[in-house]
Amino acid sequence: MERYLRNFKTITPKEQEKLQLSKVCIIGTGGIGGYVVEQLGRIGIGEITAIDADVFEESNLNRQILSTTKNIGQPKALTAQERMTLVNPDIKVNALHLAFDETNGEGILKGNDVVVDALDNISTRIMLADFCAKLGIPLVHGAISGWYGQISTVFPEDDTIRKILKANLQKGIEKELGNPAFTPAVIASLQVSETIKILLGRGELLRNKLLFIDLLRNEYEIMGI
Amino acid sequence: MTIRVRLFATLREGRGKDLEIEKVQNGRELIEKLQIKEEDVAIFFVNGLHANIGVELKSGDEVSIFPPVGGG
Repeated sequence: MERYLRNFKTITPKEQEKLQLSKVCIIGTGGIGGYVVEQLGRIGIGEITAIDADVFEESNLNRQILSTTKNIGQPKALTAQERMTLVNPDIKVNALHLAFDETNGEGILKGNDVVVDALDNISTRIMLADFCAKLGIPLVHGAISGWYGQISTVFPEDDTIRKILKANLQKGIEKELGNPAFTPAVIASLQVSETIKILLGRGELLRNKLLFIDLLRNEYEIMGI
Repeated sequence: MTIRVRLFATLREGRGKDLEIEKVQNGRELIEKLQIKEEDVAIFFVNGLHANIGVELKSGDEVSIFPPVGGG
């Protein structure tokens, strides 16, 4: 298919088929999640589920790729779905305009091959990691604050999230630093790359590792967890 | 008893990047000496391995400290 010509030889036609048969769930379609949907949709993930309870606000325009002056007030998840029907109608996008929580988590995640964490708070991330562990689904964690970001790939038997996030905190240093345009794009791209490698079973993963990125000083630190 | 400390991101502000701290017995004493609040420490590594903040420290240990990052 011509649409995927430039995917080859980064991936093989057989691997492309594998992506078309894959299901990925993205929790949060704001700063990070918007870029994740964009890239997973373009590369050709067969079924994407995008979840976000929020609607676009003017303050999202500085960084959230899905936000425009025309869709302020519109649900983020539905916007992700609408955009993908324009970009790649060959894939299926399920849009859920709701908050991920204890009551619906299992039902939302079940059946997915990989889950991408694009949330904006710490406590929900811990809940998400617990659900993924219970359901046996790999999770690709990503978070940003100002010039800084971090990612890690978490398999069901790993305890990475509880080691790198503090359960008693809701927000990190982003409450003082804000979130600019470029940091979510960087972190999202790395999460998508990890997702594709998990699905294809090749390359090296940031499993039991944390990649911490300091874009202000160009420092990229990988620590063992 | 010298502990080498590497601070990351906002923790460097007013403190610097690579420090040498003396006379501390554990992680909690170390951050106290650096005037870092415990809630501002998300990840604490000793010699490249994840550790709890209460961990005993010995001379020559290298500690890396990261702040919490939670935005999306």
